Amino acid sequence: MRLAQQLAVESDLVTADLVEVTEFPSLAQRYQVRAVPRTVVNESGSIAGALPEAEFVKAVIAAAQSR
Amino acid sequence: MALLSDRDEKEVRTKLAGLTSRVTLVNFTQELSCQYCRETEQLLKEVAALSDKIALEVYNFQLDKAQVAQYGVDKIPATAVVGAKDYGIRFYGIPLGYEFGAFLSAIEDVSRGTTDLAPESRTALAELAQPVRLQVFSTPT
Repeated sequence: MRLAQQLAVESDLVTADLVEVTEFPSLAQRYQVRAVPRTVVNESGSIAGALPEAEFVKAVIAAAQSR
Repeated sequence: MALLSDRDEKEVRTKLAGLTSRVTLVNFTQELSCQYCRETEQLLKEVAALSDKIALEVYNFQLDKAQVAQYGVDKIPATAVVGAKDYGIRFYGIPLGYEFGAFLSAIEDVSRGTTDLAPESRTALAELAQPVRLQVFSTPT
C-alpha cells in the first residue's frame, strides 16, 4: 500500500484505495483476490504481491495503458 | 476500551511528532449495518488525539451526501487522508494491524506533500495521461 499511496501523492492522476478484504468479501470475489496484497489497476489490470518500487511503477503504467 | 495500547500511543506520538503540515482524517460512518464503523471512528479519534497537526471530520455515509460525493466514497467504513490537498488516498475498513503502518505512512506522506520515490519513478509517472485508480487489497495480518 505504501507505494500506491506514494504514487497518489506524487501524481494528480493517481488515487489509492486500501481495501480490507475480510470486511469487503464481495469486492475481493469480484476482483478475484486469492492472495494479498493484490493491486487492481483501474478495473482491468492487476498486480499480484508486493513488488520493488521500479517494478511496481512499471506494472502500474503498463496496466493503465493496456486499457 | 482503547484500541491503541499505551505503548502503541507512545510510538505513534513519536512518529507523528515529525508532521510538518496539517492532515485531516475524513471518516465516513453509520450506526447500523457496518461491522467496524464504530471501531474505526474510535481508532481515528485516538490517533488524532496524538498530534495537534491532525484533525478529524466525521460524516454520516447516508446523510452527508455532499461530502460522500466530494470524496468519492462508495463503501464504509471509509477514511480519506487529506493534506494541503486531497491526494486521493482512501482506507476502506479499519486500518489496524499491518494496515496501521500504511495508515501512519499515509499521514506522513500527505503532511509532507511529497515522498521518497526515486527520480526514475517520478519521470515514469509523468508519462501518465489518464486517471489511474489503484485498489490495494490487503488484510490486517
